[in-house]
Amino acid sequence: MLKIKNLQVNYGGIEAVRNISLEVPEKSIVTLIGANGAGKSTTLRSVSGLVRPTAGEITFLGESLTGLPTTEIVKRGVTLVPEGRRIFPDMTVEENLKIGAYLRNDSLTEDMNWVYDLFPRLKERSWQLGGTLSGGEQQMLAVGRALMSRPKLLMMDEPSLGLAPLIVRGIFDIIREINKQGVTILLIEQNANMALQTADIAYVMETGRITRKGSGKELLADESIREAYLGKKKS
Amino acid sequence: MEQNMLRKKRSLKYTYIDCAIIIGLFVLLAVLENIMMPTHIFFTVVKKGAIYALLAVSMNLLNGFTGLFSLGQAGFMLIGAYTYAIFTIPLEMRESVYMYYDGGIINFTLPVVVAVILAGIMAAAFAFLIGWPVLRLKSDYLAIATLGFAEIIRAIFQWDKLGVITNGANLLRRYPKFTSALVPCAVAALCIAIILLLINSSYGRAFKAIRDDEIAAEAMGINLFRHKQMSFMTSSFFAGIGGALLAMFQTTVQANAFKSAMTYEILLIVVIGGIGSVSGSVLASFLYIAASEWWLRFLDSPMVLDNGFQVPLLRVGFRKVVFSVVIMIIVLFYSRGLMGDKELRTENVVNGFRKSKKKLREWISDRRKKNREVAE
Repeated sequence: MLKIKNLQVNYGGIEAVRNISLEVPEKSIVTLIGANGAGKSTTLRSVSGLVRPTAGEITFLGESLTGLPTTEIVKRGVTLVPEGRRIFPDMTVEENLKIGAYLRNDSLTEDMNWVYDLFPRLKERSWQLGGTLSGGEQQMLAVGRALMSRPKLLMMDEPSLGLAPLIVRGIFDIIREINKQGVTILLIEQNANMALQTADIAYVMETGRITRKGSGKELLADESIREAYLGKKKS
Repeated sequence: MEQNMLRKKRSLKYTYIDCAIIIGLFVLLAVLENIMMPTHIFFTVVKKGAIYALLAVSMNLLNGFTGLFSLGQAGFMLIGAYTYAIFTIPLEMRESVYMYYDGGIINFTLPVVVAVILAGIMAAAFAFLIGWPVLRLKSDYLAIATLGFAEIIRAIFQWDKLGVITNGANLLRRYPKFTSALVPCAVAALCIAIILLLINSSYGRAFKAIRDDEIAAEAMGINLFRHKQMSFMTSSFFAGIGGALLAMFQTTVQANAFKSAMTYEILLIVVIGGIGSVSGSVLASFLYIAASEWWLRFLDSPMVLDNGFQVPLLRVGFRKVVFSVVIMIIVLFYSRGLMGDKELRTENVVNGFRKSKKKLREWISDRRKKNREVAE
């Protein structure tokens, strides 16, 4: 569905992403794990057009996304849930959701109900200002807001950031649920354990390069990955 | 969902009440015009207050709702005021107004309504042109660039070579004016209503999203530049119309009067009223104009009491000293303005009243319980 070929992104003299290629098949959950500064976020940001790639090709459903503005990319069905939630604090939950559907002209009721079914908590708080929600609720709102654009591919940048373990589990349950309903998911995580358990395919990124690829279970069982990202087993 | 529907219905009912109150105020004004002396300072305050209310709301659209800190207001007002004046001076008067430029080169006049709308369009057109380079800047840089634009416009309009159109550094006068205070009030109310509709539309939501978080707004597919441009042009359009009204109010126009101090005056009203509150801007505008033109006037004239004692400090200019102190107190103790980012609506007043009534009742029953416990 999404193909990234030889992507290179430079910030001035710094090579943030070095010649990476990856593929996201339709209806799958793909995760990109790696340490801080490995280039995960930059990869997602260049797919959604927030960052201009230096070289390389990004295609979505056979159409090139390279160089398109974000507006066009969202219209084609690729939406990013940005890192750190970034909900609109001075707008109500409902307004936040409506902004997610900004580029659509058709009726929103159906999708509004869909999001409220996924997150009953948001329905209860639809008139509350976004800034007054708890961290977990804000993450739900950020995901719900992105779903309002009816994405075919939903990209999430560290949805577990700064959340309690129990809430992280809830968020991952929702991710699986959304995937079951037909949305392809590309996920960045530092919480490698949760991400690998959820993902069909996983890529490991280190200093701008992809160093490993495999199914989530394979990598989860891999000794070197366990050592690097999940903590060494005490012998 | 049913709960939301109910809430919306109730909200709509209160909106009708709000409209009724505003119509009531207009009727009251019409009655007052018939029973009070037309030269009373009250009407000056109402006229100027209404014009400044429009100017403040248009600035608030940009600064408060879109988060673009622009200081170009006076420049757009100037364009509006000049556009209106130039195209409405009657033909037979042109010879005397443009006496140094052989009557000028424009030899037609436009109807007043058309000229007012054209004033807005001209201001918006200038906003479109300078928006291209300027709106790529952020915060302070945007403020500096727009301030510079306003100063340049002021200089250009006084340029001798353009005298055949702008009358150079001389006054423009003898164009049609209004006498009734109802005219500026009605125009301002109409324009503010349009701005309110815009703010509550999906475009308005996009503006607020840009204000809250540019990156998130962009990630949601909102075209940042296009929406900023739209907000900038709309704001300038109404600043232009406000400028035209101001020209009518002042009866003469001269570019030199549209200094940056005028922008600061309007910014001050926006801050006092509350950044992000339309009703706050309107309220603050009338209060500000009333205080500076009317209530504090007595401070400027020396006063001698019956027993020959001259009250100290009262002399020309003292009004401004007191006024500055009052403003400092407001900014220090009401740093979010009179209204914050809330709106003054009957709905909010009624809800607030209900809440405080509930709180009072709880407090009383709390007290009773405690007293009983003490007694036992």
